[in-house]
Amino acid sequence: MGYVAVSGGEQAIAASLDLTELKRVGAGRSIEVETILAALPELVEQVESEGSLWAPEVAATAVKQAQGSVEEAVFLMRAYRSTLERLYTSRVIDTDTMRVDRRISAAFKDIAGGQILGATRDYSHRLIEFELADETPADVRERAAELERALAAEPQAEAAAAQTRVPRVLTYLREIDMVRSYPLDDTEPVDITKTPLAFPAPRSVILQALSRGLTQAVIAIGYAAIRGFGLSHPTVGELRHGTVAVTIDAPGSDAPTEDDAYYLGAIPVTEVESLIVSDEVDDRGNHRSALDVGYGLVVGDDESKAIAMSVLDHSLRADDVRYPTQDQEFVLYHIDGVEATGFISHLKLPHYVTFQSKLDAALRSIAEPEKGGEADA
Amino acid sequence: MRKNYNFAFLDEGSKREIRRAILKGVAIPGYQVPFASREMPIGRGWGTGGLQLTLSCIGPDDTLKVIDQGSDASVNAVSIRGLVRETTGVETTTVTQEATLIQSRHRIPEHPLTRDQLLVLQVPTPEPLRTYEARETVTKRLHAEAEYTGAYLELFEQIVRYGTTTTGADHPVMVEDRYVMAPSPIPRYDNAKLNMAENLTLLGAGREKKIYAVPPYTHVASLAFDDYPFVTEEFEGARCHRCGATGVYLTQTVDPATGAQIWMCSDTDYCDQRVEAARAAATARKGGDAR
Repeated sequence: MGYVAVSGGEQAIAASLDLTELKRVGAGRSIEVETILAALPELVEQVESEGSLWAPEVAATAVKQAQGSVEEAVFLMRAYRSTLERLYTSRVIDTDTMRVDRRISAAFKDIAGGQILGATRDYSHRLIEFELADETPADVRERAAELERALAAEPQAEAAAAQTRVPRVLTYLREIDMVRSYPLDDTEPVDITKTPLAFPAPRSVILQALSRGLTQAVIAIGYAAIRGFGLSHPTVGELRHGTVAVTIDAPGSDAPTEDDAYYLGAIPVTEVESLIVSDEVDDRGNHRSALDVGYGLVVGDDESKAIAMSVLDHSLRADDVRYPTQDQEFVLYHIDGVEATGFISHLKLPHYVTFQSKLDAALRSIAEPEKGGEADA
Repeated sequence: MRKNYNFAFLDEGSKREIRRAILKGVAIPGYQVPFASREMPIGRGWGTGGLQLTLSCIGPDDTLKVIDQGSDASVNAVSIRGLVRETTGVETTTVTQEATLIQSRHRIPEHPLTRDQLLVLQVPTPEPLRTYEARETVTKRLHAEAEYTGAYLELFEQIVRYGTTTTGADHPVMVEDRYVMAPSPIPRYDNAKLNMAENLTLLGAGREKKIYAVPPYTHVASLAFDDYPFVTEEFEGARCHRCGATGVYLTQTVDPATGAQIWMCSDTDYCDQRVEAARAAATARKGGDAR
């Protein structure tokens, strides 16, 4: 049947998969998962963040299998995630206990606990280091030893080492009543991977959807919100990076305590508290300008995503929806990478039957001008 | 780091959850039941809703058929069939009558289905009111209040502008006089097959996270007006170039040998069965002649 455009599917798919696999191995070189973990940590973290699964080895394997396509690696992670039983719920993670290796504030110069620049590219010059092209494993080891020596000699070395229980910038602002206060909400959070979206979305849903959202989409929509299609121009009250411990209650215990909890491991996170000026009306109808907080927390290192998340967290709680960036359905329905790329890519599937139906309808509208048409309308 | 997958891919907890949504859908024909759609190992928008229904319902004794736009050989049908076979080990078939579970994208087989067959349709856009109302919160309310003026108004505007309705596939239907439902982008020609069908039809939208159902013997009517009745696609004078069939859904194509425009059955199994039957009849005749 030569004239059915897509047929013989079985052999065609097998050959196509072979071609794809040949692209991975054809050049005669491969990369070890350990090397990916060591050399491309931010890529692995992005795949875990959007894949919403903390599993470095699996993520690095996905990166390898996907030949470096983030979209594909995230997809692999999400599909794998669907097969995993949820055995435990972790204890609430208090980010006050984060082991902080970087924290900055754009609101205040001197903050309790001090600003810790940590590792950042913010002040690097974006010049390609061409000599990296010829770097050997021996060079890498030598460079590492050299850097460790130099950093140990820094007078700030001790202060720069990871700290726990770093005070928050916002605590000060809360003390002087400059930040809009909200009653503590201890409602059980909704798990968006087990509950379909419903609107208006509770805060837990907004935060989860943003945190695992497509990184570039979160950043782009967050950018739109601060540039012109939104009202939030935030000040980064505090941005911190570090690791947080994940613990579960000892199974079977009746009165679980923190001391009995099992430690599962630690995950790197970036946390942002943004301050956004907003209008507040008191009981007597008087307006005052108060600071509202937007919150961002993402797995890994992506500070742009965390900041954009804090912007969108705030704009999606707007009472008065004026811009798409404040519209929960607009943002939350379209920010998931697997969904966006899935629906876009489905356009490549055959649409022979549906297109025939469209043609038929179009032909019918041409064939029946005497019955209707603009002249009659 | 060796890992194995569960029977039918999904974990049992997820399958139970999806089956509960299916039961609710069957109990309220045409109502879109939200469910926590899982990510699947195929593209989201490539039949993940249908696939989750199939994987949640399938048992080791089932016989599976998967078609895409009528064809068993279409690449995505092959891919989905392969995935289900690999994760369940069930028998697969292309013969409509042999299948106990049929997953399909955008077609209902020509051969009428029976009470022992389950039809799963893949749905890209489950919300029939989405074309004129973008917001889920609003469409949910419109369904709750059975406020379907907009759906009819859309058809009315088409008639005013073009003198005819111009819906292609996915022409909305009224289910059991209660819910307006997107039948998935099956051609208008297939809409009638949903009405008072012997089989259960499940519809799954993975990306949009909705499951809905048309139980057996449910009234399903395509939206239309008394003076502008519902019309199906027209194939007047056309017949299948391969099996000669008329009165089935055909798609246009070009004969690569002659360059002429020809028509083909969209349901390739139906076409194959007719060709096979004609060949058998011819052989029988020849055999008769020889004797």
